[in-house]
Amino acid sequence: MPNRFVFLLAALLVIAGVARADDYRLRALRMIQNDFQAKGQAGLDRLETDSLQHVCNKYSDKPPAPLLRLVEADQLATVKYPADGRLMGDWREGEKIAQSGRGFTWTDKPGLPVGGNCYNCHEISPRELSFGTLGPSLRNFGRNRGNTPEMRQYVFSKIFNAKSFNACSAMPRFGYIGALNEEQIRHLVALLLDPESPVNQ
Amino acid sequence: MRQSIAIVGALAIVIGSLCGQAAAKDAATAEFDKFREVMEDSNPAELFEAKGEDLWQAKRGPKQVALAESCDLGLGIGVVKGAYVQMPRYFADAGKVMDAERRIVWCMVEKQGFSAEELFRTPFANENFTPEPTSLVTYVAGASRNMKIAVPISEPHVQDTYQLGREVFSFRAGPYDFACATCHGEDGKRIRMQQLPNLAKKDEAIRAYQGWPGYRMTGGFMLTQQWRMNDCFRQQRFPEPRYLSDTVTSLLTYLTANANGNVYKGPGIKR
Repeated sequence: MPNRFVFLLAALLVIAGVARADDYRLRALRMIQNDFQAKGQAGLDRLETDSLQHVCNKYSDKPPAPLLRLVEADQLATVKYPADGRLMGDWREGEKIAQSGRGFTWTDKPGLPVGGNCYNCHEISPRELSFGTLGPSLRNFGRNRGNTPEMRQYVFSKIFNAKSFNACSAMPRFGYIGALNEEQIRHLVALLLDPESPVNQ
Repeated sequence: MRQSIAIVGALAIVIGSLCGQAAAKDAATAEFDKFREVMEDSNPAELFEAKGEDLWQAKRGPKQVALAESCDLGLGIGVVKGAYVQMPRYFADAGKVMDAERRIVWCMVEKQGFSAEELFRTPFANENFTPEPTSLVTYVAGASRNMKIAVPISEPHVQDTYQLGREVFSFRAGPYDFACATCHGEDGKRIRMQQLPNLAKKDEAIRAYQGWPGYRMTGGFMLTQQWRMNDCFRQQRFPEPRYLSDTVTSLLTYLTANANGNVYKGPGIKR
């Protein structure tokens, strides 16, 4: 009998703990809604979380597996593939897009084109030594994975909406939010997969 | 500002020599740290400390009162030594947890009678202008040099604010889905060449605190932690946090308390 009580007590404490964390989360959210002002292109609408952000915030970036699969399927459904089916552009243009980290801050001019921010987080071409490490290295990406139609589609989808394959990934949804257009994403696909690209040298 | 020209020149030489190097990834960060150490022997922040001390002592504002005789930074009216490293803390007279800059501005408004609206209009320094609160914060921070960070985290209001700050730290939103934690929640990561401290960890949180307020060499002006948080949100692609808001205080409470126990080296130098 005492065991059951201990168990019950423990369960109640856990529930109380979760409730408290949720309480702070809600209060923080309310506080944030009060404490920001629009500036430049950064309007207050940016504080309204969409369903993906809501799920990642709620589960601290680790949603339970069934929910994770649902969310990822939802995100994958947002990917718009080029009507002509062409997924490879020019890796030289891709390199330029990968270099730029501009865009979307309140000090940036609104509108396109914005940068791909790729080198901020990834090692890509061996010629660029100033690269970040938040994301995995993409050196030899095409050489290791092959320049197949499936791989081209995967890379296009990943750049268009990174959350399609990892719901709470740190990587932005460049195509979905309209930061990169179809043509720019094509160039980035070429940067990673074209055998001539320095990435694969 | 002959000094600032010399500094910018020296920085240009350091950067120039770095750009030429090939396999210099983390070496670049190490080089800058070395350079910063040399520079800190004649730290321009001291000029702002001196200016801030004058402002602290002088009878000023519509009420012609000195902060030194009216402002309590948590350790008693006029006590400056050690106050900076023990903020944010709870102030019963204001009914708020406040970081150093928020408290100083509160004193300027409540005790000296300065207009809050005016102080809020241009809160951060640029090439041509240093806000008075910036100099005051630098003075107060300098009076905690080589002291241990000791945010009173067990005080219930501070604890509550800390918990809110933790939530702010991990809140993802905006076009890029970024939270503070997206870049500052893991060990040993970089953006380009910039090392990213894991600010959720005790021994690394000190890196967000050390060197602030800081003299920015590109431009040559003094910036506070309030500015630093503002610029983090800019890079996070968020709208702008209001100056001295609860959100910024809660974030500073979270970051500073995480660094509790570390020694603060005083106002510093930033790129």
